[in-house]
Amino acid sequence: MEMNNLVVLPIFVPLLTAVILMFISKKINIQRWISVGASLVTVMIAGLLVHHVSTDGIQTLDIGSWPAPFGITLVSDMLSSLLVLTTSIIGFAVILYSIYSIGEGREKHFYYPIVQFLIVGVNGAFTTGDIFNLFVFFEVMLMASYVLLVLGGTKIQLRETIKYLTVNVISSSLFVIAVAYLYSIVGTLNMAHISQRIGLLEEIPGILTVIAILFLIVFGLKGAIFPLYFWLPGSYYAPPVPVMTLLGALLTKVGIYSIARTYSLFFYHDQSYTHDLLLVLAVVTVLIGVVGSIAYWDIKKIIIYNIITAIGVILYGISVATTTSMTGSVYYLIHDMIIKAALFLLIGIIVNITGTSNLKKFHGLINDYPVLAWVYFIAAISLAGIPPFSGFVGKWLVIQGGMERGELIGSVIILLTSLLVLYSVMKIFIYGFWGGKDQDYPDQHSISYNKLLIPAILLTVIAVLYGFGSEFVYSYVAQAVDTLMNPEIYIEAVLKE
Amino acid sequence: MELLMAILIGFLFASATYLLLSKSILRMIIGTGLLSHGAHLLILTMGGLKKGAVPIVNGDGTPVTDPLPQALILTAIVISFGVTALFLVLAYRGYQELGTDNMDELRGTDGNE
Amino acid sequence: MRSGDLILQTMSKVVFFIIILFSIHLFFEGHYRPGGGFVGGLMTSGAIILLLLAYDIKTVKKIIPFDFKWLIAVGLFISVVTAGGSLLFNVPFFTHVHDYFNIPLLGKTSLHTAALFDLGVFFVVVGVTLTIIQTIGESE
Repeated sequence: MEMNNLVVLPIFVPLLTAVILMFISKKINIQRWISVGASLVTVMIAGLLVHHVSTDGIQTLDIGSWPAPFGITLVSDMLSSLLVLTTSIIGFAVILYSIYSIGEGREKHFYYPIVQFLIVGVNGAFTTGDIFNLFVFFEVMLMASYVLLVLGGTKIQLRETIKYLTVNVISSSLFVIAVAYLYSIVGTLNMAHISQRIGLLEEIPGILTVIAILFLIVFGLKGAIFPLYFWLPGSYYAPPVPVMTLLGALLTKVGIYSIARTYSLFFYHDQSYTHDLLLVLAVVTVLIGVVGSIAYWDIKKIIIYNIITAIGVILYGISVATTTSMTGSVYYLIHDMIIKAALFLLIGIIVNITGTSNLKKFHGLINDYPVLAWVYFIAAISLAGIPPFSGFVGKWLVIQGGMERGELIGSVIILLTSLLVLYSVMKIFIYGFWGGKDQDYPDQHSISYNKLLIPAILLTVIAVLYGFGSEFVYSYVAQAVDTLMNPEIYIEAVLKE
Repeated sequence: MELLMAILIGFLFASATYLLLSKSILRMIIGTGLLSHGAHLLILTMGGLKKGAVPIVNGDGTPVTDPLPQALILTAIVISFGVTALFLVLAYRGYQELGTDNMDELRGTDGNE
Repeated sequence: MRSGDLILQTMSKVVFFIIILFSIHLFFEGHYRPGGGFVGGLMTSGAIILLLLAYDIKTVKKIIPFDFKWLIAVGLFISVVTAGGSLLFNVPFFTHVHDYFNIPLLGKTSLHTAALFDLGVFFVVVGVTLTIIQTIGESE
């Protein structure tokens, strides 16, 4: 395998775009179209990367020509390249949506460059093969998210950003501490090399479990697993919808990806403590998410709590750690990123029309907005995993994997909570869309309404295709899971032994 | 020397935790600063406190210090510089807009009904 | 922020240039010894902050008549383009090259593309620091 600069392009293109956009922060129209164009280019590059990985295996790039394990190596295996592709698609859709909804004030204050920086961070975190570099990309991503969260400077935004920032600064310090401990044992930072060195240890030292839990805390805070989800509902509620979509669809998933990566690459030797803990946490996370999404009558909150439910389902598959459950998790991870983004955008349109996110204050939207209603319906049943829509395959495999391992209780809970997820999103459909029309909404939004629908429909269509084409997707997912289940493949590709 | 470092790091972490638990945002910012200082010292200690030359290999077998922890710390310092600066600006803006730097008064309930 | 302290103003007129010179020294020193873009940039912004303390923001704006956010963009641009330049030569991203040149007065000097990257870092650090100071200072 020779060097391949294609690996770095999904990071480099948004970075260069962000810098260029910073120069023209006052020219909104040019900014918009450069953003759209660049994110489209990123999507195409990411697609090409997936194709390369599927035909030629794992692609690596030794940054600055420093050979692995001495320098930083970027590694695109199937999992990371699929996630990079998904991220780029969501980035494209959100930018398209932002053009008609984010408002000139934010656009003039570096909104578009910061969105690109966020994508740099997320794509980088998915791609890097170096544990400290992962920390750096986390920080890029977080820094962008702080600014996006507070941009606009309303009171609720300031208040929530202060909390969000405090939580994440502490978790970043924990990340550095965990890396320091890990370094003291293995003396390397290259993830493949760490995995190899841990494999060579005669006896797995107890401190490795401590490190595993430290990493779980760090990534769990980002991924919002129980009991570290407490900051999420408040923080994600504060910013405008496009920002909420980016954070909700991407950031938590980076945390989950990092758990999957480190637990399959470093901490797979002694699973008795760590993976059992993960299993319990996953089930509780699902329950918390479901309770929240049923209890609230605020449509934003309902979808936000559904993020937590999905995190639990994905984590459950990772903790069971069989090929079947991992396949389910990867399926569900990508599905959830797309469908959550679609749902957030649709919720945004509803709020845009009605001027409120309180479900008790509006109904009968289907009379005036039939397209919105039916797109929402499709997205909702996709989320709930009604076959053959996209959530089904992933959840089914996760549950099946759990059953195979004899984890009956957890699997049954996840199966039953699917019904409650369905109820929580159908609640919006029944109360918000059905019923007689008894109020007129101000018509000033009608111009942008159709344009706002385009990205939401785009994402929903992708989700539907993802569901109906799961046979086609399977070969890609299988390749991703193969690497997760067999760390040797990853190690060989990076260290070229 | 390692023991001394361990005690120092522990002391920094303890102070940081104490400050982070206080209600004033300014104290919390100082707390996060101490926390990251402790983490940086931890990297230095974990990399091994060796008495080697600067890490430029001459090929004559003289011991050199591991350059990696230093690079990591520099990176971490730059990042915590940026984050702390942002936090300060945010705290200041928050103080202007919300009129308080007491976390107790930042308990938000709107959007939680 | 307004300070009429004559001693501080007179002193900073001299000290400012000394600090700037030292920061440039630190920047170039960074290639083989401790120093570099980050420290140099911090030192330069320190010098400018000294001016801010001695005079006020309006005076400093007259001396440095551009937006500091623009400086961040310039710095990032230099760094990103330096790193991305390697893509054009079909070598891995961030690959650097250096060579020795005979420069009049300085003699045999090594020139390195990493220094260009560091120059970008220098600008970014100055830009970020001053933007922050300005954000807090201006609203008073």
